[in-house]
Amino acid sequence: MALLEVKGLHAAYGQTRVLHGLDFTMEEGSITALLGANGAGKTTTLRALCGMVRTEGEVRFAGASIGRRKTEDIARLGIAHVPDGRGTFLNLTTEENLRLGAYARRDKKAVEADIERMFGHFPRLKERRRQQAGTLSGGEQQMLAVSRALMMKPKLMLLDEPSFGLAPLLVRELFQILERINEAERVSMLLVEQNAAMALDLAGQAYLIETGRVVLSGKSSQLRDDEAVRRSYLGY
Amino acid sequence: MEALLHQILAGLATGGIYASLALALVMIYQATHLVNFAQGEMAMFTTYIAWSLVNAGMPYWAAFFITIVFAFAMGVLIERIIIRPVEDAPVLAVVVVFIALLVILNSVAGWIYTYTIKSFPSPFPKDAFVATKYMSPHEMGAIGITLVVLLLLFAFFRFTPLGLAMRAAAQNPQSSRLVGIRVGWMLALGWGLAAAVGAVAGMMVAPIVYLDPNMMGGILLYAFAGALLGGIDSPGGAVVGGFAVGVLENVLGAFVIGNELKLPMALVLIIGVLLVRPSGFFGKVHVTRV
Repeated sequence: MALLEVKGLHAAYGQTRVLHGLDFTMEEGSITALLGANGAGKTTTLRALCGMVRTEGEVRFAGASIGRRKTEDIARLGIAHVPDGRGTFLNLTTEENLRLGAYARRDKKAVEADIERMFGHFPRLKERRRQQAGTLSGGEQQMLAVSRALMMKPKLMLLDEPSFGLAPLLVRELFQILERINEAERVSMLLVEQNAAMALDLAGQAYLIETGRVVLSGKSSQLRDDEAVRRSYLGY
Repeated sequence: MEALLHQILAGLATGGIYASLALALVMIYQATHLVNFAQGEMAMFTTYIAWSLVNAGMPYWAAFFITIVFAFAMGVLIERIIIRPVEDAPVLAVVVVFIALLVILNSVAGWIYTYTIKSFPSPFPKDAFVATKYMSPHEMGAIGITLVVLLLLFAFFRFTPLGLAMRAAAQNPQSSRLVGIRVGWMLALGWGLAAAVGAVAGMMVAPIVYLDPNMMGGILLYAFAGALLGGIDSPGGAVVGGFAVGVLENVLGAFVIGNELKLPMALVLIIGVLLVRPSGFFGKVHVTRV
């Protein structure tokens, strides 16, 4: 059964309609990439899944319809969103940011172990443990955002441009960690990226979005070989 | 010299009450970025509840804790029923709602209890061993209670997951929702806590200023001056500011400007702080990378 099923998803900001009937599905345990140019509706798609914009259409997550649910209820069902702009709690410490990720969890003992696990993934965060998160560098805040989402023990992670503002070396490191987590913990990931080459390397499945619709879908290898994708999004 | 010491200590006692109310103002401000003008009337109303309970024969401390619970519930209900619908309304609309709340609570209290001034009991014995020639037992007790309340609140916000979630919800509602925090309820809880703190302030000040529906008008002004002096976005600053205003009020009132000009002094302080240092003395300068 598909973990996430989206049918005829429409979304609008006030009068401005951004998504015009988006369809896609995601298998459990997979990494799926959403590709597309600026303004195609990638970020809006992620926001729509979390109930952060007004939507129409059907969204089913693990069999339950979530199209009309509130953001906090969707989060509690196991969807962790690493938002555009990272969503850091700037005035709280790094550790408090991580603890907030585990807010809705009941297994309080495992939380301590998970915090240490995050520090294992990202040792920089451990050094910054008691520091106000607003003073972290962009890259560190991105790691913090990913860690905070992982602290939720999600079934599905929505990653909005995780490579944004990171040095190339850090991007590679981050993507390796994401891949490890996906394999070891079966956390499914829906990845929105400008960096199409890296996204296609990580993801098994990919969808290409243009002006609020899916125009192409398939295995990452197929998309990589597609003439139009290669020219427009991979740049060679 | 002795007279000065006496004024300073008495100022600390009333300052503690301003500090509590200033803290209540800051708690609401951090969540809504607005000053709750009805905070004083909420405190006044709950103090009347305490008076009713004591008058009905209930022991003081039982009435004290029941009043706190009542105040908490009242704060939560006010947020849910009155503030929630205007959450996304323009600032002025919300300010009007706050003022309406002030007038309504004031009038309802006058309607139920009349405007006749009533005396309110102090829980501290008149001839306690702690009494000194500088401070009455009630003043010392009020400072003690205030400090306990402030410490409890500090511990709650600093060390409990719920306190952390409330701080998070006030700072960044959207990210809070994304980790599953029910932001609406956190705001309501904040209102409940602020109302409870205000209730303690009301019960501590009522034996000094006597109980009547208008008792909190001036006190809210001092509290507001204290909150601004410390920094309206800094809980710790508001507390220090509240104490400072209490001492300043007493010392200046006794030796410099006289009792009649004490309240205008609070206004001068408010305007002065806004002109010279709008963030207050402890207002945080948040460091953020762009």
